[in-house]
Amino acid sequence: MTSLPTHTEKKLGLAIDLDTCVGCQACVTACKGWNDQGYGAPLSDQDPYGAAPSGAFLNRVHSYEITPDHGAAVIVNFPRSCLHCDDAPCVPVCPTGASYKRVEDGIVLVNEDACIGCGLCAWACPYGAREMDADVGVMKKCTLCVDRIYNDHLPEEDRVPACVRTCPTGARHFGDFADPYSTVSQLAKQRGGYDLMPDLGTRPTNKYLPPRRKDAPDMSAPLAPLLDIQATGFAGWLDKVLGKI
Amino acid sequence: MHPAPSVIVFTVLSGMGFGLLAFLGAGFPAPSGWPAFFHWGLGYGLAVGGLLASTFHLGNPQRFLRAFTQWRSSWLSREAIASVACLLALAPVALSDWLGLGWPRGLGLVGAALALATIFCTAMIYAQLKTIPRWNHPTTPALFMAFAGAGGAILAGQSGAGAVISALLVAVLLTAFRIGDGAFAARAQTLGTATGLGTIGPVQGAVRVFEQPHTSPNYLMREMIYLVARKHVEKLRGVALIGAGIGPALLLPLTPPTVMGFAVIALLHLIGAFAARWLFFAQAEHVVGLYYGQR
Repeated sequence: MTSLPTHTEKKLGLAIDLDTCVGCQACVTACKGWNDQGYGAPLSDQDPYGAAPSGAFLNRVHSYEITPDHGAAVIVNFPRSCLHCDDAPCVPVCPTGASYKRVEDGIVLVNEDACIGCGLCAWACPYGAREMDADVGVMKKCTLCVDRIYNDHLPEEDRVPACVRTCPTGARHFGDFADPYSTVSQLAKQRGGYDLMPDLGTRPTNKYLPPRRKDAPDMSAPLAPLLDIQATGFAGWLDKVLGKI
Repeated sequence: MHPAPSVIVFTVLSGMGFGLLAFLGAGFPAPSGWPAFFHWGLGYGLAVGGLLASTFHLGNPQRFLRAFTQWRSSWLSREAIASVACLLALAPVALSDWLGLGWPRGLGLVGAALALATIFCTAMIYAQLKTIPRWNHPTTPALFMAFAGAGGAILAGQSGAGAVISALLVAVLLTAFRIGDGAFAARAQTLGTATGLGTIGPVQGAVRVFEQPHTSPNYLMREMIYLVARKHVEKLRGVALIGAGIGPALLLPLTPPTVMGFAVIALLHLIGAFAARWLFFAQAEHVVGLYYGQR
């Protein structure tokens, strides 16, 4: 049924740290790699080695430049994937019941055997989280690696989404936002984790941790430190000798 | 939004078809014999043809039966159910008209109501989307109802009703253009608010795209960011207003009520309707474009 559950036992999701993300695209590649072989139809590419390569991805990393009122511009890398919203607008629009939100953990999934590929869910999503697979004609989206996180055959450290496992800077954190003491809940609380486009009423589970203010040298007299360099050791002796000549 | 030809053809033709079926079901006109066969046949042909065209943009049309299951939440599912219910309810009425069976016309009124419900459901598929501000407004159902009413009346040979609804359509179109043009700006959503980078956290400021996440367009960009040929908007709006509304409103009272006369006016209306529906999609901007710095 495509009616949304009134309550989910857990709220599994990601806290994405915009301060530490370096934009290496490893999460994009890991996501594509894992979802080539596990849950549902493999994510396809069209003309991958040709002139106009294109393909379905569940995670995209944008790159933005912020120009603050004072100081230098800042580059922020911005991963964008399904936010597993509480009021997911993609679910109720589905005519076939293929899109659903799980009561047990809040993950939003697509039953690919029931999807007719009408694309209405992708229209309803403000975040561009869903992409139609051009090969099989069904809608693809982030599964929060539902085939990893509960998988007893994997070592425990691998039971997290592929993007989280692979992130070299630890910018992606996975956990339960329904538990106020979980790492992700604590991170969101301490760092002011925020929702994307909250005015659309989707109540996303994933939280974005804003970039921190960067340390900056005191620019009032940038050459001042050069005026009183005190050479020591051999350089100091040389300085003294040369000064007397 | 990408103006997919199958969706434009579907919404225009089936809207016109269900409009005609509504008039026939209500008994305006109530033909008999072979004229009834052709008149009902035209209504069924347009409605069913449009529905079939709509399956061309599906990834897996063979699973269409599943689309009848989610009427509790989905306008698309409601549309599927209302359309089939309408076609079934009107079948005995059409048969009775054709063969002169003289069956009571009560079911015709039910079918007419279901035809209007179908058009409303089609419109709500678009109007419900908060992600597309231009569509997310009562003018969308008003527009679809007015188009179906005007087109249906012309095909039904109802000069009076056709002229009035065509004039109404002009007013609705003008209102939808006016409100729609400011709809995106009214939501005050920008790259800075969509990412939060312009308004939230210790580092705030003007935000611009530094680098795109991929080098060639993906499904999102192809489907929801459509930049081509918006430059012809004013001309196409003229074609839509004159063809679909002003022309029929002026010509219907002056034209003798012949099949040929109505056919010419219907063709004129259809040209305007296609122009208007193309604009409806091509001009609609999805908020996801903000993340790409494009709309």
